[in-house]
Amino acid sequence: MLLDAESVRLLATSLAIAFGALGPALAIGWIGSKAADAIGRNPEAASKIQTMAILAIVFAEAVAIYALVVALIVKFVA
Amino acid sequence: MGLAISLRAEPIFSIGSFPVTNSLLLSVLAFLVLAAFAFAVRRRLAMVPGMVQNVAELVIEGALGIMDSVLNGDRRASEKYLPLVFTIFLFIICSNWLGLLPGVGSLIVTQNGMVTPLLRSPASDLNFTLALALIAVTFVNIFGTAAIGLKGRLSVFFNFHGPIDFFVGILEIISEFAKIISFSFRLFGNVFAGEVLLAILAYLVPYVIPVPFLFLELFVGFIQALIFAMLTTVFIGMSIVGHGAGEEGAHANAH
Repeated sequence: MLLDAESVRLLATSLAIAFGALGPALAIGWIGSKAADAIGRNPEAASKIQTMAILAIVFAEAVAIYALVVALIVKFVA
Repeated sequence: MGLAISLRAEPIFSIGSFPVTNSLLLSVLAFLVLAAFAFAVRRRLAMVPGMVQNVAELVIEGALGIMDSVLNGDRRASEKYLPLVFTIFLFIICSNWLGLLPGVGSLIVTQNGMVTPLLRSPASDLNFTLALALIAVTFVNIFGTAAIGLKGRLSVFFNFHGPIDFFVGILEIISEFAKIISFSFRLFGNVFAGEVLLAILAYLVPYVIPVPFLFLELFVGFIQALIFAMLTTVFIGMSIVGHGAGEEGAHANAH
């Protein structure tokens, strides 16, 4: 394996997004499952729980997007 | 013809010393589409609504309903903040969906040897998303100041009731900047990644395969517009009450 700049850049790009998406993927799954539990327990509060869950999912997703942006910067800019 | 992916939006021409990029072109087009729609609806307004007015009223009622559920049922507050929130939603969704039309990314211009696309999805340019994020966060602070006064708004950030409250105030300041960054990068990342995905697919397998991904991009464009608008509403709701997110949980527990 030739460890020149281009290969290392490709490796860095793919590792950045691969590991960066791991945390948010788990987090979104947890949030979804807890939200489903909560709605199951208390169907009346469904819309509040849904709003809260969507909000939390969006924030978790944003972290994955940060990792994606770093990967893109490594690939195209640096 | 090879595959060309550029993180930055490429300038097409210059007005004086101001470079006009391909994403700026498409965002102006989105604005013209929205303005034309607004004028068309305005001309047809009547006490007995026609079809266009019916659809517009349906959409506005839906948006007000969603804002009500976030702002604790206060219809007057929803109506006060609807212009900003709904404009952000309409502009982003129009930009994203116009960016999926054929011709965006494929109509090219050759200028001194370099080949650049004529049109590009506006939200795939960090300038566009950063501008929207700055506008949203600035207005959140303006609305908060208008609702509870300058002292009320500043007391969220500079809270001298104790060491922990002081630290929370510092965190609130940092979180304002984090909101700007997260708003802009969320929209930019989603749309730019979608653009890259579609470009690569069109380069590898131009027939049939890109279709489900175009549907995905349609969905993502709608969701990102919704998320931006809804988060703006949530932050407005938090700023007009005058305390941060932590205290909300404490109040809810106290009941």
